[in-house]
Amino acid sequence: MAGKTLYDKLWDDHLVKQRDDGSALIYIDRHLLHEVTSPQAFEGLRLAGRKPWRLDANLATPDHNVPTTDRERGVEGIVDPVSRIQVETLDKNCDEFGILEFKIKDQRQGIVHVIGPEQGATLPGMSIVCGDSHTSTHGAFGCLAHGIGTSEVEHVLATQCLVQQKMKNMLVKVNGKLGPGVTGKDVVLAIIGKIGTAGGTGCAIEFGGEAIRDLSMEARMTICNMSIEAGARVGMVAVDQTTIDYVKDRPFAPKGEMRDRAIEYWKTLHSDDDAVFDKVVELEGSEIMPQVSWGTSPEMVAGVGGNVPDPETEADPIKREGIVRALKYMGLKPNMPITEIKLDRVFIGSCTNSRIEDLREAAAVVKGHKVSPLLKQAMVVPGSGLVKVQAEQEGLDKIFIEAGLEWRDPGCSMCLAMNADKLGQGEHCASTSNRNFEGRQGFGGRTHLVSPAMAAAAAINGHFVDVREMMN
Amino acid sequence: MRALKQHQGIVAPMDRSNVDTDMIIPKQFLKSIKRTGFGPNLFDELRYMDEGKPDQDCSQRPINPDFVLNQDRYKNASVLLARRNFGCGSSREHAPWALEDFGFRVIIAPSFADIFYNNCFKNGLLPIVLNEEIVGQLFRETEAEEGYHLSVDLEAKTVTTPSGEFFSFEVDDFRRHCLLNGLDDIGVTLEDAGAIRAYEESRRKTAPWLFGAGG
Repeated sequence: MAGKTLYDKLWDDHLVKQRDDGSALIYIDRHLLHEVTSPQAFEGLRLAGRKPWRLDANLATPDHNVPTTDRERGVEGIVDPVSRIQVETLDKNCDEFGILEFKIKDQRQGIVHVIGPEQGATLPGMSIVCGDSHTSTHGAFGCLAHGIGTSEVEHVLATQCLVQQKMKNMLVKVNGKLGPGVTGKDVVLAIIGKIGTAGGTGCAIEFGGEAIRDLSMEARMTICNMSIEAGARVGMVAVDQTTIDYVKDRPFAPKGEMRDRAIEYWKTLHSDDDAVFDKVVELEGSEIMPQVSWGTSPEMVAGVGGNVPDPETEADPIKREGIVRALKYMGLKPNMPITEIKLDRVFIGSCTNSRIEDLREAAAVVKGHKVSPLLKQAMVVPGSGLVKVQAEQEGLDKIFIEAGLEWRDPGCSMCLAMNADKLGQGEHCASTSNRNFEGRQGFGGRTHLVSPAMAAAAAINGHFVDVREMMN
Repeated sequence: MRALKQHQGIVAPMDRSNVDTDMIIPKQFLKSIKRTGFGPNLFDELRYMDEGKPDQDCSQRPINPDFVLNQDRYKNASVLLARRNFGCGSSREHAPWALEDFGFRVIIAPSFADIFYNNCFKNGLLPIVLNEEIVGQLFRETEAEEGYHLSVDLEAKTVTTPSGEFFSFEVDDFRRHCLLNGLDDIGVTLEDAGAIRAYEESRRKTAPWLFGAGG
């Protein structure tokens, strides 16, 4: 019999019951909640007279609607009354049901996918869900982690389980070494460019290979975070010493003898050598260039030295139509060099790229330079209150401010523009977020997905440049 | 949840691939704490010429006459015909809520994004996968004939055209069972409360650090 993949092991460890109809009950160890996808779930519990199954499995924080300025005023500082009601509703629900919440004024508040790992609330081998598609982030720790809808948020609250069908196993292997200036973000954008936004549909992706093994936990989180942009709800990386070193002293991590037992288990969380995958894709790390998205889907990416594509050269009529539509929306011409795309704003933040390493990489590029006068705004939004504190201890805030970038308070911010941070119509933004959909960052806004280093280089120049040229 | 056994309805063609959930229901409408009322803002940025705001009277807004759902022949559609990877992106269940609130009961596409596909079944909405060739044929027939409708039979797992041609589709048994009977699947899961407790007990022995930490 063939060995097991990491996904097989995680599935087996969380299987409560296999049903005759092919569905299975899967146990959930950690449930993360935020204000946007939970109110209707709590309301459902109340209407049915149900209580949460296991309180200590839940952890909540407001992130999507919170302002990134004026935070000392707490909830009162949220200008939009509809946003404020949503955050207040989360507070009220957590208080009523007894769920631990890092509220808006708590220093531990932040983007839900940043605070889970930061607190050790995300531990290797856990099953983790949240009403947010970027829950795949936590797979970087060898977790079975994926996004769910609001009905399933209610289902997990009420039963601590989900009804699931087993997915297929897919391996994405990045061989060799990455070049200097090439980051986890470039790797995942290159993967999505290669396999497409539906390339991982129906699959749990494991990212492996030497280039992935060499990455920090922050970079692995960036890659797993965007699995969903490749169509896969689940993205994972096997546990190794890098994982264990990152989690072992976190506040929620086990201590003493319990920790030793946990580490022993965590070390088993990798695919067996003879495991068989349903699908395997390989990339060469040395061939990956810094990436820039030019279109309105995350698969519409090119290396920074490349050009915007010409729809005339696309054979598939549905794809050709998609390119024509995207270029029209983005206001770009076929064959124009990526480096000629002029920018209005730069956003460094989001659950994809707002951790300390991301901020260090951006700061290293802008240090000693000034933001281009062509830009209307360049902003840095740390992923959590604790990331912000650490960045300030390292003096990164001063580097950003001296270069002319705004230094904000933590939240999802301009990744999806549910708070006050948004693009104007027709504006181009170099963004370290995860989605370049039409209108995502503001009505009529035009998003270009890049790494923090590439966003920083674009901020200095007012258009895209190859960040590697600035590093020489 | 509303049950769905059979459904017959007018078909509206949404002729673009990778329709994401941001497009189905833009973020400003996610601030609602209710499950209903999203229909007027379905496809808001495609449907109207201005930027939509929550709690607005949409009947006074300038509409985009080119958008499919604004054309008289499709206004009463309840079957949405779409291209590959429909519902990609955000996990927001507001997307199926908006589709259902508008009046859709069935969506047919060559492929769906996983989370969206799953969310549909929780809301009385049936997503049907048919191959690209058949979907192409249905697009041609829909556009050629005003009032074109399809009949869907979830029991028999078939889609039938007005000419009587029918296509079979696959759907897993559990989801089909819940949708046919309009079941609340929390209730179904709680019938296994004993199995869940037994799992917890054994897991507490093998991985005690997963219980009681921090929370």
